[in-house]
Amino acid sequence: MMAGTTTAQVLSSVRVRRLIIEQSKRAHVGHIGSALSIADILVALFSGTVDPKVDVFILSKGHAALAQYCVLAELGLMTHQTLDTYCGDDTQLGVHPDHTLTGITFSTGSLGHGPSLGAGVALAKRIAGKLGRVFVLMSDAELNEGSVWEAVMFAGHHKLDNLTVILDNNGQQALAPTAEVINLSAIDELIARFGWECRRVDGHNVDALTAAFDARAPGRPLFVIADTVAGKGVSFMERQVKWHYLPVDDAQFAQALGEIG
Amino acid sequence: MRKQFVSTLIDIADHDDRVVLLTADLGFMVLEPFAEHHPDRFFNVGVAEANMMSLAAGMAHEGLIPFCYSIATFASMRGYEQFRNGAVLHQLPVRIVGIGGGFAYGTAGPTHHALEDIALMRVQPGVGIVAPADDGQVDRALRDHYARPQPMYLRLAKETASHPELAGRFRWGRLEVIGDGDIAIVAIGSMTGVALEARRRLHAEGIQTAVAVAASIAPAPTEDLVALLSSKNACITIEDHRPVGGLGSLVAETIADHGMGVRLVRCGVTDPTGETTGSEVFLRRRNGLDVDGLMAAVRRVALVPA
Repeated sequence: MMAGTTTAQVLSSVRVRRLIIEQSKRAHVGHIGSALSIADILVALFSGTVDPKVDVFILSKGHAALAQYCVLAELGLMTHQTLDTYCGDDTQLGVHPDHTLTGITFSTGSLGHGPSLGAGVALAKRIAGKLGRVFVLMSDAELNEGSVWEAVMFAGHHKLDNLTVILDNNGQQALAPTAEVINLSAIDELIARFGWECRRVDGHNVDALTAAFDARAPGRPLFVIADTVAGKGVSFMERQVKWHYLPVDDAQFAQALGEIG
Repeated sequence: MRKQFVSTLIDIADHDDRVVLLTADLGFMVLEPFAEHHPDRFFNVGVAEANMMSLAAGMAHEGLIPFCYSIATFASMRGYEQFRNGAVLHQLPVRIVGIGGGFAYGTAGPTHHALEDIALMRVQPGVGIVAPADDGQVDRALRDHYARPQPMYLRLAKETASHPELAGRFRWGRLEVIGDGDIAIVAIGSMTGVALEARRRLHAEGIQTAVAVAASIAPAPTEDLVALLSSKNACITIEDHRPVGGLGSLVAETIADHGMGVRLVRCGVTDPTGETTGSEVFLRRRNGLDVDGLMAAVRRVALVPA
């Protein structure tokens, strides 16, 4: 199935972005920029690419979990009542995702764990002869973590072609632009040298993302570099480090929803 | 114990295809038989312990039972956060196999001395900790408990060991008590030989001791400890580990939690960092963890002239 065609009506980037802004406003919690950055990637993944019956999705950049919660709610896998508990007391919906929640496979929050977890699931599926792909969504800042490279080497060596890692390449990390912290040029060439198939796409173009997720090569894990904009869709948040942290006030809330549409 | 571990694991893997063995590039002349018997379930992940711990969590999530093999220091510490956020948080059946607790790697030096591994594992909820005394306990513990649902840490000595007094007994959450007397010696698995020899010699001096082998560190053998210590004048713990967080702490906590008045002496590794290194025999002696050291500790509490 060409993902993104049949269920695209169900999952809309605009709806997901609106929910992100509404929930962060209600809960008075930040990490909005990261959530907006991955909204289109999640819409592409969960509009037909990911088969929840056999596939596993891991949000390695756990701090963007609000986006995943909103997608789960839009897909009807979580009630909007539950979504409204986001960052409240006694909630399963913290800033970072918890595996006790339906639709979340692994609890994450500490960076650099997702690729290794994903490689383990992928290897186990191969050993057991099981169907299904493993998708890991990670941030570009996670490339700073040594464990990511341990996983990149391992998955390439073991030719885990049932593993797909998607890099949310928004060029921004907690304190500064990634290029100013640890500058990695030509990430695609770098990863390809470890035996991966690499694709680089506009991370806000759902059709281009969907096509990239289908670009699997036998014997090579797939690495999709999704070029994104932190805070995408809200002009005053885009490419601003502070929106990694800040919640919105009333005026910003109104403006953000107006721009998202 | 390493060889017993591999031999038993091969046997288990023959009957249970969920069992896989990962190593972070260690186990020369030890792991080869498993790799030959089960080449499709043996993975040298490279010198990458952090990756190994998360790989194992991913594999366990898919229904496998992964054993992660390395020297105890690297196995317990290098991927600790991955173990915590993976196997522990999700309560998955990942098994860390730490080889050479204490000073087993002797002249390899302090980077290879596992003196805090038990403490690190004890603070993680729901982790089973097994520190067998001999090959028989390795075999029994593995066969009876390899498939338990929670994560597990196995602390195995390098060399083969056999204590006929144990007759291969191992029970989850229990002590194995050998002999009786006014004083209890509670030994972590690897110190069992020292404890039994001290018991024999003290007997000749007229000091009667009971040796309790604590091979099941978690779950803690709480009921057995309370029962044992309720009839004792004093208790000596001995472990090739720092006394903070290890067996000495476990027994102290048990005594405090149950309002017991028994006198406790904790023998463990007290060397500061920066000391010279040497053989396991030398390093144990320097820390009072040999037969003479243990006998001296017992005599001090025995109220019997030495």
